[in-house]
Amino acid sequence: MKEEIIISGFGGQGVLSMGKILAYSGLLQGQEVSWMPSYGPEQRGGTANVTVILSDERISSPVLNSYDTVVVLNQPSMDKFESKVKPGGTLIFDGTIQHVSARKDINIYRIDASNYATEHNMLKTLNMIILGGLIQVRPIATVENVLQGLKKSLPERHHHLLPMNEEAIKTGMNLIEKVN
Amino acid sequence: MEEVRLMKGNEAIAEAAIRCGCDGYFGYPITPQSEIMETMMLLKPWETTGMVVLQAESEVAAINMVYGAAGCGKKSMTSSSSPGISLKQEGISYIASAELPCVIVNVMRGGPGLGTIQPSQADYYQSVKGGGHGDYKMIVLAPASVQEMADHTVLAFDLAFKYRTPVMLLADGVIGQMMEKVVLPPFQPRMTEEEIREKYPWGTLGKLKGNKKNVITSLALLSEEMEKTNNHLQAKYREIEKNEVLYEEFQCEDADYLIVAFGTCARVCQKTVEMAREEGIKVGLLRPITLFPFPTETIKKYAEQTKGMLSVEMNAGQMIDDVRLAVNGKVPVEHYGRLGGIVPAPDEVLNALKEKIVK
Repeated sequence: MKEEIIISGFGGQGVLSMGKILAYSGLLQGQEVSWMPSYGPEQRGGTANVTVILSDERISSPVLNSYDTVVVLNQPSMDKFESKVKPGGTLIFDGTIQHVSARKDINIYRIDASNYATEHNMLKTLNMIILGGLIQVRPIATVENVLQGLKKSLPERHHHLLPMNEEAIKTGMNLIEKVN
Repeated sequence: MEEVRLMKGNEAIAEAAIRCGCDGYFGYPITPQSEIMETMMLLKPWETTGMVVLQAESEVAAINMVYGAAGCGKKSMTSSSSPGISLKQEGISYIASAELPCVIVNVMRGGPGLGTIQPSQADYYQSVKGGGHGDYKMIVLAPASVQEMADHTVLAFDLAFKYRTPVMLLADGVIGQMMEKVVLPPFQPRMTEEEIREKYPWGTLGKLKGNKKNVITSLALLSEEMEKTNNHLQAKYREIEKNEVLYEEFQCEDADYLIVAFGTCARVCQKTVEMAREEGIKVGLLRPITLFPFPTETIKKYAEQTKGMLSVEMNAGQMIDDVRLAVNGKVPVEHYGRLGGIVPAPDEVLNALKEKIVK
């Protein structure tokens, strides 16, 4: 099994930490993992993205030109990456995005995470809602492993927030819907 | 069982340095390698191993602190990224001339000038062909994974002390910033002063009664003396060339064409090789792990077997010179690269390979 993923959104939406939690989940599943962030000026206010690869075999390039799964949280990310989904691959987009890919050869899913998070005062766990949606349609990691991964990437003083994040993951799993 | 950790390349360097008994780190922050000092500051090794971690007032100060510590036979290191490494060149030349061991990490970013903070390999010439003034060489290691960032830190110190020479760990923004699985090296205690005196009698730890005076200098006013120093250095570099070449071969046995690439580019090209093989093009990848000494003999051997080579680098074509010298005109050697902080994608390299080499 090999899953090549890019997650892209505004800086501050938790894109990099979401990738990190996925990478930790892969580690717990005994897989090879790589996590390559955009660390440039985009991290400071523009769009930020992270490439995560989970694989049963040695990972060659940490930098890719096409992906099995693309997760986009804002319009610029949609515009930049919708064409980079491999045929048969998966595109997941946040409900705030207006102009959606018209591609017929990929599976497109909408997750109305930002709106839901705003209404339910869950913006701090927005990325976990998205992550819940992702693992619902791409079962690359179990909820248990994701939670373990979160525990590993979170400093101990924040561990009391784990139940809140678990709830967010479950929310995301229910919220995601196929659009094509 | 060994503990598998997930960490950035920069963090792996810091962890490995502390674990292999490093005595002192002296640096000045610059993206994309600031996590090296940040990690050391978080780990507070001065409370455990007694290692010094010091943020100097500048890159120039940092390399001269390394010069001083190395003169005492201490395991010392510094790190920076391209513009900062340029500032250190004078110090590196002095350290090479004075024959002192130290480790210098360069997590390259796009240049020239202040450039960009994105990954690059444009400091190949600077690292391999001199950099500072005078006829000197550094051993240059080019890690291509987070695991190698840790392993090469340990290896760099071993080689530095084996040959009393500065060793550079030449990485780039990708390897520094990305997280991968890593198994850290086992803990080695720092050497005591007695052990250093015993093992490195050239160290200037203070003259004991009855001992002769140790002098560490890069200055010789008499040209005859300086020529002797130079000849000695050159003999050492020939010895290094003979003993320390490291490289990795990937699908080379039956290759009709060869890609030569180091560091991040080697990772990208591994994928290119897989893609090309799916199309029936027999390509292999030769990854130099030491850039000095360069795997000249191996490339020479592949010039007999292959029809052409592509040197893939994140620069305008620097390592290609060394590939061409090794190939010596036997087969065509072309270059493909991206500049200024852009990492080439695997399919781009495949297209370049088809256009330039596979005809």
